[in-house]
Amino acid sequence: MPTVGVKRDLLFKALGRTYTDEEFDELCFEFGLELDEITSEKEIISREQGDSKASGASDIILYKIDVPANRYDLLCLEGLVRGLQVFKNKLEAPRYRRVSPISGEPQKLIITKATAAVRPHAVAAVLRNITFTQERYDSFIELQEKLHQNICRKRSLVAIGTHDLDTISGPFTYTAKPPGDICFKPLNQTKEYTATQLMSLYKTDSHLRHYLHIIEDKPVYPVIYDSNGIVLSMPPIINGDHSKISLKTKNVFIECTATDVTKAKIVLDMMVTMFSEYCSQPFTLTITGISCQHFKKIAQLLTRMCLRSQATGVGDEIEVEIPPTRSDVIHACDIMEDAAIAYGFNNITRTTPRTYTVANQFPLNKLTELLRQDLAAAGFTEALNFALCSQEDIADKLGKKISETKAAHISNPKTAEFQVARTTLLPGLLKTIAANRKMPLPLKLFEISDVVLKDETKDVGASNSRRFCAVYYNKSPGFEVIHGLLDRTMQLLEVQPACGEGYHIQAADDSTFFPGRCAEIFVRGKSVGRLGVLHPDVINRFELTMPCSALEMDIEPFL
Amino acid sequence: MAKRLGQSISKTAGLLWCSGCSVVSTSQKWCMEGQRVNLLQGPGRPRPDMHGECGPISQKSYRSTNPWKILLLPVHGHPTSQLTGFKGSATNALVPDTTGHLQRSCKGSSMADAGVVETLLRRIEKVDDGVDSLEVANSLGVDHQVIVGAVKSLQSVGDVISAELRSSKHWELTEEGMEIAENGSHEARVFSSIPLEGLAQSELMKLSFGKIGFSKAMSSKWIRVDKTHEGGPRIFRTVESIEDQVREKLLLVQKGNTSQLEEKEKNELKKRKLLSEVTVKTYWITKGNSFSTTITKQETELTPEMIATGNWKEKKFKPYNFEAMGVAPDSGHLHPLMKVRTQFRQIFLEMGFTEMPTNNFIESSFWNFDSLFQPQQHPARDQHDTFFLSDPALAHEFPQDYLERVKKVHSEGGFGSQGYKYDWKIEEAQKNILRTHTTAVSARMLYKLAQQEKFTPVKYFSIDRVFRNETLDATHLAEFHQIEGVVADYGLTLGDLMGILHQFFTKLGITKLRFKPAYNPYTEPSMEVFSYHEGLKKWVEVGNSGVFRPEMLLPMGLPEDVSVIAWGLSLERPTMIKYGINNIRELVGHKVNLQMVLRQPHMSTGLLSFT
Repeated sequence: MPTVGVKRDLLFKALGRTYTDEEFDELCFEFGLELDEITSEKEIISREQGDSKASGASDIILYKIDVPANRYDLLCLEGLVRGLQVFKNKLEAPRYRRVSPISGEPQKLIITKATAAVRPHAVAAVLRNITFTQERYDSFIELQEKLHQNICRKRSLVAIGTHDLDTISGPFTYTAKPPGDICFKPLNQTKEYTATQLMSLYKTDSHLRHYLHIIEDKPVYPVIYDSNGIVLSMPPIINGDHSKISLKTKNVFIECTATDVTKAKIVLDMMVTMFSEYCSQPFTLTITGISCQHFKKIAQLLTRMCLRSQATGVGDEIEVEIPPTRSDVIHACDIMEDAAIAYGFNNITRTTPRTYTVANQFPLNKLTELLRQDLAAAGFTEALNFALCSQEDIADKLGKKISETKAAHISNPKTAEFQVARTTLLPGLLKTIAANRKMPLPLKLFEISDVVLKDETKDVGASNSRRFCAVYYNKSPGFEVIHGLLDRTMQLLEVQPACGEGYHIQAADDSTFFPGRCAEIFVRGKSVGRLGVLHPDVINRFELTMPCSALEMDIEPFL
Repeated sequence: MAKRLGQSISKTAGLLWCSGCSVVSTSQKWCMEGQRVNLLQGPGRPRPDMHGECGPISQKSYRSTNPWKILLLPVHGHPTSQLTGFKGSATNALVPDTTGHLQRSCKGSSMADAGVVETLLRRIEKVDDGVDSLEVANSLGVDHQVIVGAVKSLQSVGDVISAELRSSKHWELTEEGMEIAENGSHEARVFSSIPLEGLAQSELMKLSFGKIGFSKAMSSKWIRVDKTHEGGPRIFRTVESIEDQVREKLLLVQKGNTSQLEEKEKNELKKRKLLSEVTVKTYWITKGNSFSTTITKQETELTPEMIATGNWKEKKFKPYNFEAMGVAPDSGHLHPLMKVRTQFRQIFLEMGFTEMPTNNFIESSFWNFDSLFQPQQHPARDQHDTFFLSDPALAHEFPQDYLERVKKVHSEGGFGSQGYKYDWKIEEAQKNILRTHTTAVSARMLYKLAQQEKFTPVKYFSIDRVFRNETLDATHLAEFHQIEGVVADYGLTLGDLMGILHQFFTKLGITKLRFKPAYNPYTEPSMEVFSYHEGLKKWVEVGNSGVFRPEMLLPMGLPEDVSVIAWGLSLERPTMIKYGINNIRELVGHKVNLQMVLRQPHMSTGLLSFT
């Protein structure tokens, strides 16, 4: 959820009244925003860098407002104010239309085929006769940045360039060239660089280096020229210095280059609609409409959400105009939501659906619930461990090879703790004991939970297996205790001790266990798990010091 | 449900930490108490201990009790069967003796000889008012503690005597003070050891009292030093005779005439560590209501013999100390988070919801995202947010028709939607991940439902693990449990969703709810659920909810007039808030504090009520 920081007093001035913090919080809640934090630049700097750095900073109060991720039109002061004003019936929902320049032809952006290899789409618009103030200018830059971070997916989908139109002349050309052939003076630099040089220059730039990867390994880089061959920008990295905008800029040329043309259009619409109010002829763009069927009253509600609506008079149909600012509206249900918001979610009568259904438990979970109760009654305490762990936990530490484990491997773990999904519950219980060495002996723990194993028969190639694991940790191994727990478990599961149709255990070799102290559990002739006294090496590797016996078995065969 | 379920609960958890503190400190206290053991019987029950016994291992040989196992396991011997019984009860000596239900029988009673007790009782009998324990000790020539022991043991047998604790202060000579009282002060001894012809300073300093005495005698101007004397500095008397006041004052104290000294003088001597002020605690012992010089021995506990012979009728029993803690029952415990899970499960079952099979942690991106109409460039599908798998890396089977419909609705729209209009790729959908929400299972279930010949209304729920490749902190782990409820029926409304949520949360003990518009990629409308926290006097987020988008449901093949409403919340956050646990690692994972597991109360009602 993006957060927008606005100066409180500026916001109230634009809203035409002041609010207490509580009142404003309430207004946000109704509209679906969240007043996340009330702070100031000074406070932020002092928190992040210490009091000493903050002394000169501004202490003007800032509101940090959380905006829903799909409402790009609320990412700046202008959009927020417009949205809230219309919501409170203080402003009519704006209607945007495109205007042609008073004199001359509209500007043109020519896209060459070469761009297909790197960044195939571009759209552009002009804001005419705009008047910037410092605040408006800051907000303009900030909106660009917010869009870059959110819908533009850090410039990978869309990159925005803004230029002082009066320093350049159309028609413009969007093309792509080998990096060595592109040469210009980039924004805020004093000399010209080739694109190749720029890429190495920006390697160390804390801001720009994050975008280099988008085009770095491409044979050609995108670039926009004006009719005189002046470079406007090399998207998505940097603009040219020549056409940079300033407070004095009157006409702004905005270009959006993209890999996703739908998003490029949305972004351009946002930039234009948000700042058109500072143009001498505000709100200039057009849009198509979709319609939805419902009661007439809804029209008024929708209009409060910047969706101009009117009953058509045909049945209970109403026509809704979707402004370019509301790219989130792609289905009638999006419009209905806005009607509900305007009506107030909390004003809707709460009803009880008459859906009649009979509850069923998932049999495996039902069995698990029943067993857990009885295992606790048998004196064992339940542990709850992570399903993810390191390769070492499930292999090396247990004296096994990772290749034997059927483990599912994670490709992007941030730390070794998340390398694999566990294939056994035992390491988790042993780690729990290690973390609780201060507890009185004996320690008797169990866990019933899922492990994950590769499984060719499943669509995703892996499946869960519900396991029961128990450990007994004391000065003596206590095999008989763990064995007794197995007997009790089988009693609960109504399996008799007998070969063939019942259960029995049989000596087995397993590197996790002490030689001669491991047995395999057979139920109706099928192996379901093992129990035994852990190998001293295993005990050491889990940083334990006492003998320990353990049991782990599959419980799904008992369903 | 949502990508960031209950995120603001995490903020709230921060606010709640203050209230959590008290719980944490309680646990520490509890741990200390955990060390206690009851002295119910003389030697006490042996306590399993790190340094202690191995616990009650079967006294009989393991083999002999279970012939069946021997049949199958001819080789595996049990070393433990050699160990029988407990290893004594040496630990008892370490146990604080204030906690048993039987008031402590002071060491006086056994060793103190009945003789002292009897003598004491006779002394008390003789006097009208009472006796002082110290005086009795002095006159009997025994240590005062022996009399104190006798008093305590008499107190424990009922109202035989009454003893009032008195404390008095008096001045006593220190060891050094005693020496001075006997031999004179250091300075006086210095004076007297100097002959008329004087003494070399080096000689004087060799004497034990030389150094201190010299400076005191100098300041009293009793002596002088001739530094120019040949053969080194030499000391001479300056006065004929002296009066050793220090010694005289100490003698006064020694004789018990302390009152003749002024406070200032006493403090001066105290500073010189010659005097010390001692507090003496004694008992003023008088007859009790049931005073008697003969004491019958009290029994500690009822025995089988007493019951058999009936002689309990003649016995007197020691009173219990009901202030003491009981012995913790010897049992296992369920994990607190799992207990809360059981409660949530119960609530869903009571409301007629059927449990979904969520035992598939690994899911394809298709079911986790695409089927939910979550676009392929959505940030949740980033490496930073989701765990992808390298092995098995891809999913292979998909319902082909359905996959085509999903592709179309994403890239071109349809079903009344404009779609996202981007190039949808099967390669992206195939990528296996650890599911980021259980809604992936809901999608599978709804798809399955849509394949039925005739639609039937359903109510589904699940509570299971989900995974996020997030930066970890005190309230975020890479895995947590998601609770989810889903209802599919004809014509369900937003009002129905709010009504069901109201019923659901009422069962949790939360009645004040309100709803905030929100955004989820696969629900429209979407509502965050807030509950009023009586303690914090503010609204806190307790869950997320919404109506599934037509772009998700219609490609599955569900009838157009069927709505599906759903909500979700995390299991951990409300549990943390409820129990004031401020670090999620204390609740989940191997770093869990097992003491915490042991102390959690049973929860039957008001599971989460914020009071």
